[in-house]
Amino acid sequence: MNRKRLGLAVMVGLLVGLVAVSALAGEVEVLHWWTSGGEARSVAVLKKLLEQEGHTWKDFAVAGGAGDNAMTVLRSRVVSGNPPTAAQVKGPQIQQWGDEGVLTNLDAVAQAGNWDNLLPKVVADVMKYQDHYVAVPVNVHRINWMWCNPEVFRKAGAKIPTTWKAFDEAAAKIQKAGMIPVAMGGQNWQEATLFESIVVGVGGPEFYHKTMVAADPAALQSPKMVECLKILKNIKQYTDRDAPGRDWNLATAMVINGKAAMQFMGDWAKGEFIAAGKSNGVDYVAVPVPQSSGEFLFNVDSFIMFQVADKGAQEAQQAMARLIMEPRFQEVFNVNKGSIPCRLGMSRAAFDDVALRSMDEFASAAASGALLPSMAHEMAVVPAIRGAMFDVITNYYNSDMKAEQAAKSLASAVKAAI
Amino acid sequence: MDMAVTYAENRPAAGRRWWDTMERLLPKLVLAPTTVAGLVFIYGFVLWTAWISFTRSSLLPKYDLAGFHQYLKLFTSERWWVASKNLLIFGTLFVTICIVIGLLLAILLDQRIRIEGALRTIYLYPMALSFIVTGTAWKWILNPGLGLERLVHQMGFSGFTFDWLVNPKMSIYTVVIAGVWQSSGFVMALFLAGLRGIDDAIIKAAQVDGASLPRIYRCIVIPSLRPVFFSAVIILAHIAIKSFDLVVVLTRGGPGYASDLPATFMYAFAFTRNQLGFGAASAMVMLGAVMAIIVPYLYSELRHKRNG
Repeated sequence: MNRKRLGLAVMVGLLVGLVAVSALAGEVEVLHWWTSGGEARSVAVLKKLLEQEGHTWKDFAVAGGAGDNAMTVLRSRVVSGNPPTAAQVKGPQIQQWGDEGVLTNLDAVAQAGNWDNLLPKVVADVMKYQDHYVAVPVNVHRINWMWCNPEVFRKAGAKIPTTWKAFDEAAAKIQKAGMIPVAMGGQNWQEATLFESIVVGVGGPEFYHKTMVAADPAALQSPKMVECLKILKNIKQYTDRDAPGRDWNLATAMVINGKAAMQFMGDWAKGEFIAAGKSNGVDYVAVPVPQSSGEFLFNVDSFIMFQVADKGAQEAQQAMARLIMEPRFQEVFNVNKGSIPCRLGMSRAAFDDVALRSMDEFASAAASGALLPSMAHEMAVVPAIRGAMFDVITNYYNSDMKAEQAAKSLASAVKAAI
Repeated sequence: MDMAVTYAENRPAAGRRWWDTMERLLPKLVLAPTTVAGLVFIYGFVLWTAWISFTRSSLLPKYDLAGFHQYLKLFTSERWWVASKNLLIFGTLFVTICIVIGLLLAILLDQRIRIEGALRTIYLYPMALSFIVTGTAWKWILNPGLGLERLVHQMGFSGFTFDWLVNPKMSIYTVVIAGVWQSSGFVMALFLAGLRGIDDAIIKAAQVDGASLPRIYRCIVIPSLRPVFFSAVIILAHIAIKSFDLVVVLTRGGPGYASDLPATFMYAFAFTRNQLGFGAASAMVMLGAVMAIIVPYLYSELRHKRNG
């Protein structure tokens, strides 16, 4: 009798426990395209953290096309009324998804986590739709880096430049010494990456904001813009003929093995140097793109969260948002990926020198207003305008178009795209 | 007894009638799913795309009509005209050169030479590759610092330049080179089959009449290959128009967008720039252009056949 009662009690207990667990636990389905090496490891961290809290992670990775393929899948899922829990979407596209009315509100998590104080305002604004948090930032990349091989500079008797005038002198010396001054990847986004770094350096934060963020046609065809375009075109003579179509990592390899002196690329290039066993400060040096040392062009990856019907999934979704912003995830993820945390005031122990300098610049630029969203990396303008700018920049860089004419067509292309 | 007889007589008759009905219906039943699928997935989606092209759809499809807005935008887009001009250059050269080389190879192979089987296979093999592989291989061959130019330099001719791949004015022609390399073997096979189908008696009769070999080819063989020309043009034209992977791999549409084609243009706008309506408009213009070329050609060819 006693035994029976005990058995019953255990069973009831189990049942209650089960119910309790199922009320808390849910499944998150996460659409992302972090499928390669360090990126996949970084995502696995998030998965583990969620599973520790009893939730399940359904991976929905769509590789290829730098996210294009994933976006196509996401669109069809949303149109068919079956969105995933979260998806890797960034920049002004967050606003476009917000306009569709399919995103969920994360204000409760954000308030509990004090996001408003932890994130620089420019970054927080990107994550909000109509003043409500709808996305969680994962990491920050700095775009305006210049990666140099000091050995090449030494051989040519040149100094690492900090202004575009000094760049000209150094590049000429390196070319004379028989080496390639600039390792360029001739793809439109790489040309645009270099271009926006020139604009922010030459024009300053205010001019950058007017042209690359607000896309103001008057500023786009101003003499300042013509000057920036001329600097861009001037760099072409210091690149090799095989540059068109080259992938960015192959350009990095040219700097690594001493064929070329410098490359203009975001901080993800660091991973290539580390993978090649090179040490920072000895084999390679990372400095800001000439004249842009105070400015910080950022690329922030983020997850947007969709409205889901299932209670458990909602719970898991909120947990995911909270975990992403917590220091332990920010640290492990960003050390793996070579980026820096998007929240300010984190422990610095785990990060390397380039990351630490990025973190310092990030904080000081956030304070001074020189923290600006990258146009080339989908942070500043909607894809239609970005595409229009890309077309003009790449066409100008690859043809004999005059700078004045390029500035005019930049303005008209942007007007047509709106 | 009577009953039994009628029954015995009726049964085979009923069976036959059932079988006749089945025989009439079966092809329709079997074909129905494909027809429905074809209607929905081809014509249905063509109509859907047409509808989308008249809207301001950007990220997701929207169904409020906005007139010719997207088309006007398309026709003022410089990149669209570059892409269209490229298709014209690529299409014309690709189809013509493939047919000329294919026909020439077929005629040469048709001279009853030895090891014809082996040669035929060699010429036909490129067709077995996907355009991705062709594009990658030719990208390396045509790269000035990696392939042909470097090879010639190493042989001592340092004045040699062949930089079409990285030259915005010439890059579309590299796409023609790779495309022709891949497809002319297939056209050769088509023509070879056609040549083998020509009645020997006619040629012998011409020889008896004293016609020279070039004349026989010009006046008898090539005209009788007309249906093969027809198939070759249709197949090559559609390969040219849907060319996407070759450009993506070989030149990425570059330098700049100098070697963009309408197909890559459409993909870029509809799928990477969140301009669904604009992309749909370009797709509809592509469809219109294809119809404008193919339909009259099909019509004239098929009418010719019916009359002849």
